[in-house]
Amino acid sequence: MTELTLVQAVNRGLFEAMRSDPDVLVLGEDVGVNGGVFRATEGLYKEFGADRVIDTPLSETGIVGTAIGMALYGLKPVAEIQFLDFIYPAFDQIVSELSKFRYRSGGQYPCHVVIRSPYGGGIRGGLYHSQSTEAYFCHTAGLKVVVPSTPADAKGLLLTAIHDEDPVLFLEPKRIYRSVTGEVPDGDGRVPFGTARLVREGTDVSLFAYGAMVPPTSEAAEKLAGEGISAEVIDLRSLVPLDEASVVASVQKTGRAVVVHEAARFCGFGGEVAAVLAEKAFYSLKAPIARVTGYDTPFPYALENLYLPNADTIMHAARSTVKAG
Amino acid sequence: MNSGPTIVPLPYKASEVEAAIGSNWPSILLSAYRWMVLGRTLDARMQALQRQGRVGFYGASTGHEAVNVAAGLATEADDWIFPGLREQLVALVRGHSLVTYAHHLFADDLDPGRGRNMPCHPTASEVHYVSMSSVIGTQISHAVGLAHALRSRSAPGVVLAFFGDGGTSSNDFHAGLNFAGVWRLPVVFCCANNQWAISVPVERQTAATSLASKADAYGFGGSRVDGTDFVAVYRALREALAAARSNAGPKLLEFVVYRMTPHSSADDPTRYQPADWAARAASHDPVGRLEAWLFAHQGLTEPARSRFKAEAEEQVREAVRVAEETPPPRPGSLTEDVYAPAVSSRAPKGR
Repeated sequence: MTELTLVQAVNRGLFEAMRSDPDVLVLGEDVGVNGGVFRATEGLYKEFGADRVIDTPLSETGIVGTAIGMALYGLKPVAEIQFLDFIYPAFDQIVSELSKFRYRSGGQYPCHVVIRSPYGGGIRGGLYHSQSTEAYFCHTAGLKVVVPSTPADAKGLLLTAIHDEDPVLFLEPKRIYRSVTGEVPDGDGRVPFGTARLVREGTDVSLFAYGAMVPPTSEAAEKLAGEGISAEVIDLRSLVPLDEASVVASVQKTGRAVVVHEAARFCGFGGEVAAVLAEKAFYSLKAPIARVTGYDTPFPYALENLYLPNADTIMHAARSTVKAG
Repeated sequence: MNSGPTIVPLPYKASEVEAAIGSNWPSILLSAYRWMVLGRTLDARMQALQRQGRVGFYGASTGHEAVNVAAGLATEADDWIFPGLREQLVALVRGHSLVTYAHHLFADDLDPGRGRNMPCHPTASEVHYVSMSSVIGTQISHAVGLAHALRSRSAPGVVLAFFGDGGTSSNDFHAGLNFAGVWRLPVVFCCANNQWAISVPVERQTAATSLASKADAYGFGGSRVDGTDFVAVYRALREALAAARSNAGPKLLEFVVYRMTPHSSADDPTRYQPADWAARAASHDPVGRLEAWLFAHQGLTEPARSRFKAEAEEQVREAVRVAEETPPPRPGSLTEDVYAPAVSSRAPKGR
């Protein structure tokens, strides 16, 4: 075990994958000589050289499009999109091409690209360095979407993504890149997709979160315990595939559910979690499902702390579900 | 034979053709002609079947045959094709079976793409003919990425990226050509400029003097080629492929052709094409131009021409027959190939 920050764990995962498999390569803007604007690819260029750590011209569609071409040849490209806010020029490549290659070719052309992208608010990034738009991608069949919240999961999910056979969008909560540290297994330590992580057990209400929302959700659960409310915290971490069984089982136990994400509410991922619970845990529910989310506005600069969920707003929602029934 | 419009003759003596494409020119031209006849026959048959409701959609490559057949004949087995809508003949010339292609057109249970993509969007991995979407231009950066992989592995092969005149306005035209120029990759960008992006004429697509001139901005060469002149196309492709193989970097070839059919079976070009377009296109019919030259210079005879045509019709008829007898894809295949098969569902290896 080694104590690492989340971004160090990403870096460690990339090193290990590239050392163990010569087909793995990294490409993106500033990922080479500069080591990435967040330093996630620090040191890779020096060890693996310019053919495997590729500084690209500034074009997201070019990054993902060329990564697709490399994957069609059988390589395992890990593309970095510098901020999720800048991914939209590549949206066509992701939605129309990457996620559909296997299907439309009848399995002749699997297309295994991992796209890493820092996402989310709380870093004074304003409209275009803060957004959390995972729902666009979760809606696309053929693509997997995962979001770690701990260093161990960052490395473990990244290694799973790189060794998976399907395209994966790997979202990195940049707000907690350095504020969260944790023990990371020195070995492979892969974390399977489709498995939620039980952060804290509880009996009165289930709090579902992922990425940078896990720390404030855990803080809320801790404080709720002081009020006599036993909150269970589940880190979804794999949005596609979703661990529906764990989500449903938790609410069958607690009877109450709060879904937390920093993305806007309308058509956000929380709506999908709520729908799963309505379909599969309806008769266990003692109270309406609550959502604690960003506002249905563009992401603000000056008022970002008002926009983002925090321990207080999560606690408020949890209390309301307990009071309701 | 010459009951149709006046054909603009190919401007070559036999010795000039030999100088252009090599000493085996007679067999290349004859093979090219026969493939072009097959393509033309297939297009005519499929457009008729589409009107009868037996095929759901069809995008003809009539007028593009010289480009497609030259690409099929000029490339090597380890080269790669990233097609647009009108390049299926490249796959056939490279060895994809006509019967298999018919299974695709009929979207039946033996379509290698399992009936998921529209007709004229085949996947033929055995000849490195990569699966395409209907989105314009996206394949251009795929081609560039694959070329990067080839070079990084010191693997042989050149990548051909096909697109039309409309495709030169797409995001990935810019991204792909820019990346390829910076990385100096073995890619030949093949623009089949048929002068129409559905209803928009090429002069409303760009203010550039030519599409080929766009290569200047990316730091490599571009050439405009008469895409209805098989000899010119074949020569240009061979030169560009050889240059790419010797690490001289990418090349943009603009093949000027005439779209001799509607954009697709869902289009009515009388709404936007000038009245004289059909006659201009017919005078540049690539099949007619090569055929006239073969009559004049290579001893093609009317009985031989009729025999080639009859053989092509029989090949197409047989492929259609086989495909129409094949059932549609199994309902269960709807949900397959979205993701890789789960590990738990795989058959055990037994060792």
